[in-house]
Amino acid sequence: MDWVNTIVSGILLGGLYSLFAVGLSLVFGTMRLVNLAHGDLTVLPAYVALLMVGSAGRFNPLYAIPLTMVVMFGFGYLLQRGLLNRVVLKGDIIGVIVTFGLSMVIMNALQQGFTANSQGLDAGKIENLSITVTDQFAIGWLPLLIFLLAIVVITALQLYMGHTKMGRAFRAVSDDTDAARLMGINTKHVWAVAMAVALLVVSIGGVIMGIRTTFSPLLGTDRLIFAFEAVIIGGMGSLWGTFVGGIVLGVAQLIGAKVFGSPFQHLVGHLVFIAILAFRPQGFLAKTVTK
Amino acid sequence: MRRMAAMVTSADGQEYPVQVGGRTTKSIVMGVGAVALIVLFLFPLFGVTDWTRRLVEFFCYLAAAQMWNLLLGYAGLMSAGQQAYIGLGAYTVWFFADIVHINPLLCVLFAAITGAIIAFPAAALVFRLRGGYLAIGTWVIAEIFRLIFSSISQTGGGAGTTIGAAAQMAQTKGVDGWYSQVYWLALAVAVLTIAVCYLLLRSRTGLALKAIRDDDLSAESSGVNLWRTKLYTYIIAGAGCAMAGALIALYSLQVRPGSAFSINWTAYLIFITVIGGIGTIEGPFIGTVIFYALRETTSKYGTWYFIVLGLLAAVIAIWSRGGIYGWILKKTGFTLFPLQRRVGFGRSEKPPSPPASEGGGGAATV
Repeated sequence: MDWVNTIVSGILLGGLYSLFAVGLSLVFGTMRLVNLAHGDLTVLPAYVALLMVGSAGRFNPLYAIPLTMVVMFGFGYLLQRGLLNRVVLKGDIIGVIVTFGLSMVIMNALQQGFTANSQGLDAGKIENLSITVTDQFAIGWLPLLIFLLAIVVITALQLYMGHTKMGRAFRAVSDDTDAARLMGINTKHVWAVAMAVALLVVSIGGVIMGIRTTFSPLLGTDRLIFAFEAVIIGGMGSLWGTFVGGIVLGVAQLIGAKVFGSPFQHLVGHLVFIAILAFRPQGFLAKTVTK
Repeated sequence: MRRMAAMVTSADGQEYPVQVGGRTTKSIVMGVGAVALIVLFLFPLFGVTDWTRRLVEFFCYLAAAQMWNLLLGYAGLMSAGQQAYIGLGAYTVWFFADIVHINPLLCVLFAAITGAIIAFPAAALVFRLRGGYLAIGTWVIAEIFRLIFSSISQTGGGAGTTIGAAAQMAQTKGVDGWYSQVYWLALAVAVLTIAVCYLLLRSRTGLALKAIRDDDLSAESSGVNLWRTKLYTYIIAGAGCAMAGALIALYSLQVRPGSAFSINWTAYLIFITVIGGIGTIEGPFIGTVIFYALRETTSKYGTWYFIVLGLLAAVIAIWSRGGIYGWILKKTGFTLFPLQRRVGFGRSEKPPSPPASEGGGGAATV
């Protein structure tokens, strides 16, 4: 039963990772930009929610989730239009440098404003509620909620990409920017919407994780790396692949923690990623082939 | 291909030799450089001061930045994980000095070898990724080493360890003796990395690297072995960064996984190279000087210091690709390390058509 517990928890944790990873994947997919600030942008929503909860007196941070999503959507749009559109299509190197710089700015600005100490969002009872299956096996409500939301978000994104005008524009811009521009697509707007949607998605996971555990400005590094590993394990260009990648990573981490002790959780996750990179570099469900 | 100077053929069928190097009045530069080197070499003889220690660190950053610039500016490899080699170099010193009992100063050599050996399989892995994803891949490798060394109890885990043999040697030799030797070693490593970059870039491999930097697809179709050229560069950079890490361990007499494998190293290297000028040997030098000036004056502000570093790197990367040295080069055409390849037109004959020139007039530069 212990093992079932570990694996189920790993799958649920994987849902969270995939929720962070689809944002990274979406941005890379539409504008070939690897956003090194992505991890810090998943930490930011928790602080946005913290500010809301703090300034509006005591209201449940769960209600702050939709509001934070709106704020992050707007922030993503402005960030892309104001800064990152300048680096799209300018080659890999400049994008990496600029987003690394952005990552340093966000992380240290959060430390400056909120200190490096861990903070939490108090949502009351739901934090510890769980479904008891047997005596030794229970599933927490919040991890389950995150996992289900990950499925909902990925399904919604698939539908959005496949069936809306903006979704088609994402794919058109991704396939051939110049041709898309000739067809009358405003690429700058499309990129900005893509970044906005990506940040909207990560703010769901960001805030719920803020409720479930504590958070600090320093979490961004790990989150970026986990999101990246989920994308590569799953295979680039496939949203469900990213979902699978997240689950593989989550299960690997928790099995590692169970077998070798919790200090080895991340190390085992990284090593599984390295093994997959060595033996199946295209990932499990790859769609795009990069030269 | 023949070993002699390459030739280019003009439109009317005439051949012109291609010369490596610029038009800098070489003797003056060599003279100034030699004097500067001698002054730096004699520096610790006047007593070990704060400046000696600052210069040791300066040389380490300069060496690591040269290596990072070689990766990014020439091989087009964006590494966010050179701290893996810096940390490995530091731990190699601990291992060979404290466990194998070799003279700690000699361990810098072993650090270079370790860095090169580890770089080989690491390259085989991360080269499967491209661009920004390659950057995160190198970062993961650095994280793996950080986590491994944090969990090894022999090296004190996350708290790190002092390098006993080096500390003992420092005590027997005294502050002056020890730090001046570390200083000379650091100076030698900095000069060595610059010399390696310079000689490498003037060689055929250097030409291949520049071709890769400009367009890797057409470089490959012109017969450049992309994978091998990038691999060599990555191995050299691994060895160079490991030497820098080894020197930092010798200088601080301790090693801690949290700081040895810190991502801050990448932040510093990005800042130094981008500010100074990517893809030049002079650039990282200027960048290190500016980094130092900034660090000495503003690092006490902690987070603001990092915010400034990040902002400056981003702003310069967007609005001034060449960095400070790029600006100097455009204004004056001054080069300390001539690396351009120029078509040498005979004195009497006129070039058949006005060649497109970027640097000095009348010659095409690569």
